[in-house]
Amino acid sequence: MKKMIDFEILSNEKLNDQNHLLKITPLNHEKLPQIYPGQFVEIYVPNSKSTFLRRPISINFVDESQNTLWLLIQNVGNGTAALCASKIGQKLNIIFPLGNSFTLPDNQNKRTLLVGGGVGIAPMLFLGKVLKNNGFVPEFLLGGRSASDVLQIDEFEKFGKTNITTEDGSLGEKGFVTHHSVLAKQHYDKIYACGPKPMMVAISNYAYVQNIECEVSLENMMACGFGACLCCVEKTIRGNVCVCTEGPVFNIKELTWID
Amino acid sequence: MDRLKVKIGNLELKNPVMTASGTFGYGKEYADFIDLNRLGGIVVKGTTLEARQGNDYPRMAETPSGMLNAVGLQNKGADYFIDHLYPEICDYDTNIIVNVSGSTIDDYVRCAEKLVALDKIPAIELNISCPNVKEGGMSFGISPKAAAEVTKAVRSAYTKTLIVKLSPNVTDITEIARAVEAEGADSVSLVNTFLGMAIDAEKRKPVLSTITGGLSGPCIKPIALRMVWQVFHTVKIPVIGMGGISNWKDAIEFILAGSSAIQVGTYNFVDPTITMKILDGIESYLDRHHIQSINELIGNL
Repeated sequence: MKKMIDFEILSNEKLNDQNHLLKITPLNHEKLPQIYPGQFVEIYVPNSKSTFLRRPISINFVDESQNTLWLLIQNVGNGTAALCASKIGQKLNIIFPLGNSFTLPDNQNKRTLLVGGGVGIAPMLFLGKVLKNNGFVPEFLLGGRSASDVLQIDEFEKFGKTNITTEDGSLGEKGFVTHHSVLAKQHYDKIYACGPKPMMVAISNYAYVQNIECEVSLENMMACGFGACLCCVEKTIRGNVCVCTEGPVFNIKELTWID
Repeated sequence: MDRLKVKIGNLELKNPVMTASGTFGYGKEYADFIDLNRLGGIVVKGTTLEARQGNDYPRMAETPSGMLNAVGLQNKGADYFIDHLYPEICDYDTNIIVNVSGSTIDDYVRCAEKLVALDKIPAIELNISCPNVKEGGMSFGISPKAAAEVTKAVRSAYTKTLIVKLSPNVTDITEIARAVEAEGADSVSLVNTFLGMAIDAEKRKPVLSTITGGLSGPCIKPIALRMVWQVFHTVKIPVIGMGGISNWKDAIEFILAGSSAIQVGTYNFVDPTITMKILDGIESYLDRHHIQSINELIGNL
C-alpha cells in the first residue's frame, strides 16, 4: 500500500560536488513498510519556488534496524538542488513505496552482477543487501567519469566484490562498464543495471547477445509517480506502459532497445 | 451534509468536488490515499472508441507553477473500459463520469452509445478540447459550428447527463459555450489545458515529442477563473469550473465565479489527498460564513 507521510532528515552527507546522501526516518516513528529493491519515493520539494512537481528518487538503502531510508540525490536542477541543501531536522513529505522491484534469481547458485553508472548506483546497494540476505553472492560493477563519481564504494564492499571502471582511468579499469575485464573472465546468470541510458542500452545489448537474464531500472520523467498521469511511458513490446507502475524495473526482453 | 449538494442537470453531486479527467486515472490509482466515496464525482481518463497508444515520450515538461503534457489520450478503448475498468470502480459511492473523445463525430457517437448502457455511469464529459491529438479533439472545440455539430450528434445518442468540456484556446469561449448549450448540452466544464511549449536551451530542441502540449496547474488559474465567470454570465446551464485549483480557496473562488461544481486536476499529482483537504476547507468556509447551502455561493460575487 502506498503512503504519503512526513519524514525527518537525520543526516545530509555531501558525497561529492553533485551528490548528497540523505538519511531519513518517519517523523511519527511509524515502522517502515516492506520495501523491495528497485522501488522509489516521490518527494515534495520545499523551499524551491520553481519546483512544482514532486521529485522521484530511487531508494538507495533501507536500514531496518534504524528505521531509515537512504536517498542518493544528484543535484541536476532546482528541485534536487533544494533537496541537497536541506537541513538536518527538516521535514520531507514523501509518497512511497512506489513502483515494482528487481526480481531475485530462482536459485542461490546463480551468479549476479549489479551494474551502476553514476547516480544509477543508488538502487544497487539495497538490491545487493537483499541478494546477500537471501543467500546469493552479489558482485558489483560501478562506473563513473572519474574517481570522484564512483560513490559509496565502502558500502558496496560490505555486500560483495566491487569492480570499478572510470572513463578517465582515475580509479579501477579505464573505460565503460561494458569494457570491464570481469565480464570476459566471469560468467553471470543475471545482470541488473541502472544508470545513464546509453550505458543501460550497452549492457542490455551485451546481456542479450550473451543470453544473460537482465533487468534494468529506468528513470523516465514523471509527474505523479503512481500511474495517474501517463507521462513517464516507455515503449515496450506491449505498447506504451508507465515506468512508475509497471517499472521502474524492466526485463530487457520487454523493451524495444535491442539493436 | 445536504448543504454541500449541487446539481449538474439531473445529476446530483453530494458535494461540488470532482476530479479532472487525465489527472485521476480511473480513481483506483488514488484509493490508497483517500476515501473515493467522499468525492462528488470522478471524471475518468479520456476514453476513445478504439485503444490508443498516445504520443511518444517525452510527454511532460514542468513549468513554473504547472506543467505541460502531451499524453495524447492513451487509453485501452471503450470496450476495455466497459469490460475491465467499469466493474472495478462502479461500486464506489460517487458519480463516475467518463470523458469521451474521438477523431470523428461518428467516434464520439459510437463511444457514447456504448456508455449509455452502463447503469452506474450517470454522465459523460465530451472532450472537444484535447490539444494533444492530431485529428479531432480540440478541433471540435475551437469552432462554434463544429462544437455544435458534435454536441448535437452525441445528444441524440446519449440520454443521460451530457457535459461538454471546453477548450480555452479560442478567442471567445462564450461563443462555444452558447453553441453547445443550444444543441442540448446539460452542462459545460472548463477549462481544458492551454496550448503551450517548452524548449531545452542546451539541446536547442523542443522538450515534448509533439513540440506543443497542454499547460495546466496553478499558472493557468486566473485565466480559467475569468473564462468561468464569462461563461457563467452567458449560458443558463450549470458550469463546472477547473484550471489550476490547488486548495479550498481556489475552489471557493471558482464557485463564486459561477461554478456549480469544480474539478481538481494537476494538483492531484503534487498532493494526492488534496481533494479531501479542499472538501474540508469548503466545509469550514461554510461554517465560518454561516452559509446554509453551497448553492448560495454559485456566481454570487
